[in-house]
Amino acid sequence: MSHATLSPRRSSLRGATLPKWFAWAVAAGSVAAGLGISAAAGLESSIQWALIAAVLFVLGSYAVSAKVEGRRQAKDRTATSLVWVAFLLAVVPLASLMWETVKRGVKVLDGYFLTHSMGVVADTEPGGGIYHAILGTLEQVGLATVISVPVGVLTAIYLVEYGRGRLAKAVTFFVDVMTGIPSIVAGLFILSVWVLMLDMGPSGFAGSMALSILMIPVVVRSTEEMLKLVPNELREASLALGVPKWRTILKVVLPTSIGGITTGVMLAIARITGETAPVLLLVWVTNFINANPFQDPQASLPMYIYLQYQNSGGYGAAYDRAWAAALTLIAFIMILNMVARGIARWKAPKTGR
Amino acid sequence: MDITTQTTKVPQTPQPSLTDGKPTPRGATRPGDRIFLGLSRGSGILVLVIMAAIAAFLTYRAALALGENEANFFTSLEWNPSGIPPKFGIAVLAFGTIVSSVIAMVIAVPISVGIALFITHYAPRKLGGAIAYVIDLLAAVPSIVYGLWGALVLVPHLEGLYGWLDDYLGWTGVFEWNGGAPRSLFTIGILLAIMILPIITNVSREVFRQVPRMHEEAALALGATRWEVIRMSVLPFGRSGVISASMLGLGRALGETMAVAMVLSSSFDINASLLDTGGGTFAQNIASKFNEATVIGRDALIASGLVLFVITLLVNGAARLIIARRKEYSGANA
Repeated sequence: MSHATLSPRRSSLRGATLPKWFAWAVAAGSVAAGLGISAAAGLESSIQWALIAAVLFVLGSYAVSAKVEGRRQAKDRTATSLVWVAFLLAVVPLASLMWETVKRGVKVLDGYFLTHSMGVVADTEPGGGIYHAILGTLEQVGLATVISVPVGVLTAIYLVEYGRGRLAKAVTFFVDVMTGIPSIVAGLFILSVWVLMLDMGPSGFAGSMALSILMIPVVVRSTEEMLKLVPNELREASLALGVPKWRTILKVVLPTSIGGITTGVMLAIARITGETAPVLLLVWVTNFINANPFQDPQASLPMYIYLQYQNSGGYGAAYDRAWAAALTLIAFIMILNMVARGIARWKAPKTGR
Repeated sequence: MDITTQTTKVPQTPQPSLTDGKPTPRGATRPGDRIFLGLSRGSGILVLVIMAAIAAFLTYRAALALGENEANFFTSLEWNPSGIPPKFGIAVLAFGTIVSSVIAMVIAVPISVGIALFITHYAPRKLGGAIAYVIDLLAAVPSIVYGLWGALVLVPHLEGLYGWLDDYLGWTGVFEWNGGAPRSLFTIGILLAIMILPIITNVSREVFRQVPRMHEEAALALGATRWEVIRMSVLPFGRSGVISASMLGLGRALGETMAVAMVLSSSFDINASLLDTGGGTFAQNIASKFNEATVIGRDALIASGLVLFVITLLVNGAARLIIARRKEYSGANA
């Protein structure tokens, strides 16, 4: 099979292998060829020459490797290149998303933008800001957190500390099901109860209720995982001292796992902060500051982005504001995520091992 | 003899275990314990009540709308609930939802598996960890931002691809392009693929990481190349995990609202060509039609939402069943 034409190292026990620089050499060669072909054919897009180079690389390394190292090694090289291609393919859009958001977002993002509303600013004019949207988002997400955290944590306590039998199984199953509810369906549910049946108007609170339907299962799941990590010896020691079970849970189990629970709650908050669909149905949006989440439409960052995009009329000013609001939203969510993961690492429960 | 049998029986008496379902008789008599148990069991029951209420209320409103509907709800190509008589059907929405989700899955699943393999088996350990962290963060980017990016960055960049597809594959009819803005179901499929990449990658990565080290080392010891190790020990082990990860991603793609509403140029018809604008999805239709909907219009939208709810329940339920067979990890937090 193997012809040692290219290989400098060959022993009787090993098949011929290509040197390490081989892959780099083929890569350089195919990039050069790709550039050459696209220059010759007058292709402008950088995606096209990259694709040509990638195809040349895969074919070239397969051909040479099959000749020198054998079929199996050649297949291995092809698989390696395909995995790299998959990785690079995914990186391009995701990197572009972050890059474009930051690049276009910083244009109008400043102190004025963060502290003013869109009160008297026409959608097509520059100026205005997102103060009203930040206020609305904080209030809606805050209310949703106030509703979901007690319910979620208590449900998790029930499942881990008390739960056996049919009820616990049913709760576990439906928490799983609840994780997968599309956000627009949660919005439609609150719409049919709160707006259509009880005849209430749009308000931040209505949105909070829909958001908490999305948040509860996430809190339950993460809290459950954390409570399971608390070593049983701790519970037993406390019960052996005659401490009632509820005090054991409050004073021993919860403090031990509080770091993980906080992380879970913060990740859940990060998840619902960007939700738009239920807010669109239940809170609507306004250009004015409304500090009361229990009455009248309220703005929020996601809806602000949507409104600016829809009403831009093709004018750059509105797009700039939409990007700046998107950057603010992403920054908020990313910071929450990073802090949450930091807490998780810092306060990881001692598993006793 | 009696005494010895009695003494041996002593350890067999049921010991009050901590995680035992029934609280010990003495524990239950304490008022604090009873209140606490009541509170936590109440929260568990509340979750069940919410789920039951979602199903009940959506069904009720949907029944109101369907009672007035003069067209076949499943096959009609019209959406005119406020007309006289009201006529609406979900055929267009079902078609758009399925087509865009299928495109998304076809693109996203192989690439996600590739990235997951890259992180666990190909990249240097530190680089792999960093990439995994970044992809975790990207899973948190809200859909409205994907929508904004899709509409203002992705759509203009797709004209080249559309032209190329039209030139070489236009004869199939499926990729015929009439030169309109590339805001079609095909674009939606690409955008959804980008959105569900992180979640599928995360769950697949967790599975690949759990492949028993011994399997891989055994394969290596037999002289297998890295690709053969992956094909013979990693992929068979991770197959069910990848399937359930894909279904979690599918569940997300089916219910995606804002990104689709911002990018798709929707209309109520079915096109043979994927590249022509038009069509719609369940979630997008609800978001776009909600503002001008009358009372029956809202009920009709709720009826279509109920269909979406049932579909996502089935998809997620299937994913959970596959996951439940392998208890070691939970995809719920991914």
